[in-house]
Amino acid sequence: MPSDIRRIGVDYISRVEGEGCLRVAVRDGEVTEYDFGIFEPPRFFEAFMRGRRFTEAPDITARICGICPVAYQMSSVQAMESVCGVTVDPEIDDLRRLLYCGEWIESHVLHMYLLHAPDFLGYESGIALAADFPDEVGRGLRLKQTGNAIVAALGGREIHPVSVRVGGFHRVPTRKELEPLIPRLEQARDDALATVEWVAALPMPEADRDDEYVALVSDDEYAILKGRIRSTRGIDVGVEQWNDLFVEEHVARSTALHSRIKERGLYQVGPMARFNLSEELLRPVALDAAHRVGLAAPCTNPFRSIVVRAVETVHAVDLALDLLDRYRRPERPAVPVTPVAGTGHGASEAPRGMLYHRYEIDAEGRVLDAQIVPPTAQNQGSIEADLLHLVERNLELADADLQHLLEQSIRNYDPCISCSTHFLRLEVDRG
Amino acid sequence: MKPTLAVFKFASCDGCQLSILDAEDHLVAIAGAIDIVEFREATTRSEPGPYTVGLVEGSVTTPHDALRIREIRDQCAILVTIGACATSGGIQALRNAADVEEFAAQVYANPEYLDVLATSTPISDHVKVDYALYGCPVSIDQLVDLVTALLAGRRPSIPNHPVCIECKRRGSTCVLVAPGIPCLGPVTRTGCGAICPAFGRGCYGCFGPSSYPNVAALATAWEAAGVGRQDLIEALRAFTVGAPEFAEAARAL
Repeated sequence: MPSDIRRIGVDYISRVEGEGCLRVAVRDGEVTEYDFGIFEPPRFFEAFMRGRRFTEAPDITARICGICPVAYQMSSVQAMESVCGVTVDPEIDDLRRLLYCGEWIESHVLHMYLLHAPDFLGYESGIALAADFPDEVGRGLRLKQTGNAIVAALGGREIHPVSVRVGGFHRVPTRKELEPLIPRLEQARDDALATVEWVAALPMPEADRDDEYVALVSDDEYAILKGRIRSTRGIDVGVEQWNDLFVEEHVARSTALHSRIKERGLYQVGPMARFNLSEELLRPVALDAAHRVGLAAPCTNPFRSIVVRAVETVHAVDLALDLLDRYRRPERPAVPVTPVAGTGHGASEAPRGMLYHRYEIDAEGRVLDAQIVPPTAQNQGSIEADLLHLVERNLELADADLQHLLEQSIRNYDPCISCSTHFLRLEVDRG
Repeated sequence: MKPTLAVFKFASCDGCQLSILDAEDHLVAIAGAIDIVEFREATTRSEPGPYTVGLVEGSVTTPHDALRIREIRDQCAILVTIGACATSGGIQALRNAADVEEFAAQVYANPEYLDVLATSTPISDHVKVDYALYGCPVSIDQLVDLVTALLAGRRPSIPNHPVCIECKRRGSTCVLVAPGIPCLGPVTRTGCGAICPAFGRGCYGCFGPSSYPNVAALATAWEAAGVGRQDLIEALRAFTVGAPEFAEAARAL
């Protein structure tokens, strides 16, 4: 190695679900080489889904990610229902929204309190943070527990819930079974509002970078369960056009496929994309909370995603309360679904961003082909662009500080790397 | 000095290690009793071994991981596998009966970039395992009990009887006998709380085989419910396809 080169190496990035590496070469203050890779042993879900029954998709694809199994269940059942030409009852859609709110709460709170806030405050983990901030972390754990309680009440357990099926649910709860959640959610609304104030006061690095934000959008709600694909630069199509818009590429440095907008390039999904496209559709209590801390669309600093997550948590808690207030046990838990040969598409908003599924099935309901595009794969381009942006602007930092900043930057995306693959190894090679 | 805990991940969905963070009520207490020195999903802290207890999630699917698990074994006084991937190879062990190169070509444009084994195998195929927690995902209660037991120096109690016993205790109507829904409960290890029958569906076997599972008798019961052997074979070849009892039973049917 020439004497004018310094190297920083990070083999693994912690507090993300996965492994990856980053190598940066710097010469005379310029980034000359750049390589960001993801290493997660591939599990080949799309391959072994072939030949399985269409009804198995929600249980099997949930296993792609233990952090957001409900997202996989929701995208897969909607894809299968679209192949078979089935529309579920509106009460079932509402129950799916409630289940999804539970996942948003537990996933967002896990990330904010246990994985991301420690970065801003200089701690190694949420557990270490709890020693000095017992009230705050206690509030986070209580809030997360309430999200988990929703998923467990509707699905039997927090991770890989068992109640979801193509056409609806295996069983729908009685009103009485769900009522104990109401006081917990009222507490959770206070906790979520306090969380917005807390995270908005964290020291926030500047890193604004213009990006194309893509999310599902609905005319009458802040889209979680379904919507049309829209972007901040004019995309507006149905989910069945996913493959007309985007292309997935496989590069040597990564076991995650990278998604790009055809003939245009990278884009970003996730909380900032949703917020930038649907801010005015947030529940009023969440919108007020955002404005109180000075958050308004467009939000282009990825470090502020933690504030957006807090605002979305308020939204999810308040929406869950509303759905519970109106809840009456649906007359039937599911509509019957008979397999029809064809291709179907489903997309929903996982906590980390849009999750697209496409399946082709035969008349017996056997899967012929499967395509699953997780949010982290879609964000990989934006994660890389942020890293490059930060390296170029912070070369004066000592290696350890630069490394910390870059790791934090990756965690801005709450990357659920299991879903695509795994995370970061950093080598900065300086001239 | 406090005992140390290390958590390691192999091919998996992260759900079992997430269960540690889901033990909200116990998390701070556990962290007070045992020093969590290696747990990449939760902390930047990373200390070299040896460790008192190592929890291993995930299955072995790459040449690199086959070496890594041996190094980890050497560093852990007590090694515990957590979850269906670590104990049976997980759902990704469906590749074991397939052509992995063809699988790779289906998913990836450039399969030559990948360095993977033809099989997904449980940790116990590679190293000695002291205790195993089953399930997809593991039960949080069992996880907390295991850590508590190891700290107290007692043997963790990990039941191996079938889901049926838990289901009866819970007072659920038998889905196999009454509505005639195919259920793997009679041959599946308990620990989940018998949640599937409570939700009106059959158990799908995510905790793997119970001790001495009588799959032949189950096949008769499924046939009485109008469900054929091929369906049972497929049901056994799912979340714990790599468990020898299920694999052999499926072959024998």
